[in-house]
Amino acid sequence: MGTLIEEIFSRKAGRPVQAGEILLLDVDYIMSHDNTTPLAIKAFREIGKPIHDKERIVLHLDHAYPAPNILAAENHKKIIEFVKEQELPHFHRQGVCHQVMLEEGYVTPGAVIIGADSHSNTYGAMGAFGAGLGSTEIAVAWVTGKCWFKVPETIRIELAGRTQPGVYAKDVMIHIVGLMGMDGGTYRSVEFGGEYIESLPMHERIIFPNMSTEIGAKCGLIAADEITLSYLQTQTPAQGPFEMIRPVHPRYERVLEIDVSQLTPQVACHPDVDHVKALAEVAGLEIHEVYIGTCTNARYEDLEIVAAMLKGQKVHPLTRVIVTPASDRIYKKAMKNGLIEILMDAGCTVTGTGCGACIGRHGGILAAGERALTTMNRNFIGRMGSPLAEIYLASPATAAATALTGKITDPRELLKSPFSTPQGAAQ
Amino acid sequence: MSKAWKFEDNLNTDEIIPGRFNITIDPLELAKNVFCEIKPEYSKKVTPGDVIIGGQNFGCGSSREHAPIAIKGSQARCVIAASYARIFFRNCINIGLPILECTEAAAGIQEGDEVDVNLATGEIFNRTTGRQFQARPLPDFVLKIAGAGGIVNYLKEHDIQELMA
Repeated sequence: MGTLIEEIFSRKAGRPVQAGEILLLDVDYIMSHDNTTPLAIKAFREIGKPIHDKERIVLHLDHAYPAPNILAAENHKKIIEFVKEQELPHFHRQGVCHQVMLEEGYVTPGAVIIGADSHSNTYGAMGAFGAGLGSTEIAVAWVTGKCWFKVPETIRIELAGRTQPGVYAKDVMIHIVGLMGMDGGTYRSVEFGGEYIESLPMHERIIFPNMSTEIGAKCGLIAADEITLSYLQTQTPAQGPFEMIRPVHPRYERVLEIDVSQLTPQVACHPDVDHVKALAEVAGLEIHEVYIGTCTNARYEDLEIVAAMLKGQKVHPLTRVIVTPASDRIYKKAMKNGLIEILMDAGCTVTGTGCGACIGRHGGILAAGERALTTMNRNFIGRMGSPLAEIYLASPATAAATALTGKITDPRELLKSPFSTPQGAAQ
Repeated sequence: MSKAWKFEDNLNTDEIIPGRFNITIDPLELAKNVFCEIKPEYSKKVTPGDVIIGGQNFGCGSSREHAPIAIKGSQARCVIAASYARIFFRNCINIGLPILECTEAAAGIQEGDEVDVNLATGEIFNRTTGRQFQARPLPDFVLKIAGAGGIVNYLKEHDIQELMA
């Protein structure tokens, strides 16, 4: 009996648990990447104990990969030497860690996964517990297989209705972040449900747990259902059977009900992620760079929307438009189906996979006085380079519309035109 | 006696140490750039034992441990805030940067005030105004980690199961 997080943790603990309890739990996977693994290796050496179970350790190179400078290269070298030394079987360098975790089947309903990355909340899209931690705790889990958790209280967000054409999950989540504020979910499990969530395909669901981090949530969860099961069976190598854990007579700290049917495209404006406005209020603002990438919005379906809108057209001649597919698998599919060619013909720069520009490392850094519109989840000052640059967050469709005009543009204006529909990209 | 450096609500990890500096894990190197964009004078003028005062949701954003390490590397004695973002809170405990949670002290201490802190009892005294504050107590298992100087030191001597004992 309990909320989704209480149900997940109860299974792991082997007894019924309730919000407020502190538990020491076995973790299924321990994820870290090139930004956070070097510190974990340092802590691991200091602890001086052996690895508990190498099967549970998953390492990625994605944050500054391929290395843009010598220091990043040294970090990669250190990690590769560690993988070799400890004979670690799960080492990836084919895209943004969270997308690779989903694609490779590490994330299954009811799993408890910790990651040295704040957007590890993403795994909640599959009904798994995913939470970000620091590197030292990653090292602790390497040697113990365990991590302590306080069972959080739950805020339920009940979403009703269907969005209008041109309005996407990203717009809905940006709207929620604006309503709740960047500390509105601190220490809480945020459970997303209702007929709108249930209607969404997996690539749209992922946005909600992914950006639950932006409201401070410990985790963002969506209960697994037939859509989850179908994704696991057709898109990943994960082996069942999978238990579709659901909340049972849950007691929520708070329930927020939102009807998405009248929502218009939303933009999270400089300088805070909860500085949210209807796109109409910022339409026409000049944009110097459009960046379509990250663990939030660079999946195949996102690229499909962008390609459909850019097909046969040219992006604004003075706006840099950068597309970074979230993973190699997505990149290959986009290539095979002609999306990459459409994007390149339109004047986009398509880069290798990874996180680079989102954290100001490489592949799209901003200069002072510049303004970017991106599909990212975070717009902290200085995140993409100069602290004097501005970052605006929106959906892939808004990014594509903005790429064409060089100023913030409502995608619905372009969706009305006869030459482009989101479904028409690859035909 | 410590001098207070005051920061606003929702101070994020990029403001503590921008991502582009996280290429090193050396505390002293990180400390050179701590708060560099929001309080560039901090790293030049901080003296060992000074105190960081934050508001609500201090340390939100990234999971990067570079943020508390940079603060610790600057030789600040502790952070006092109204509340913390959860990963930052865990990271501070784990790396041994003392933190206190006290809404009244966060509001009642201003930049440059002189502050006495008793980390063992959670008592905070603002010498400049003469006001006394009491921080909220931390859970027992957190005190075990803090008492060892961080989780790494704790695990050298103990099994992790002992945390919950």
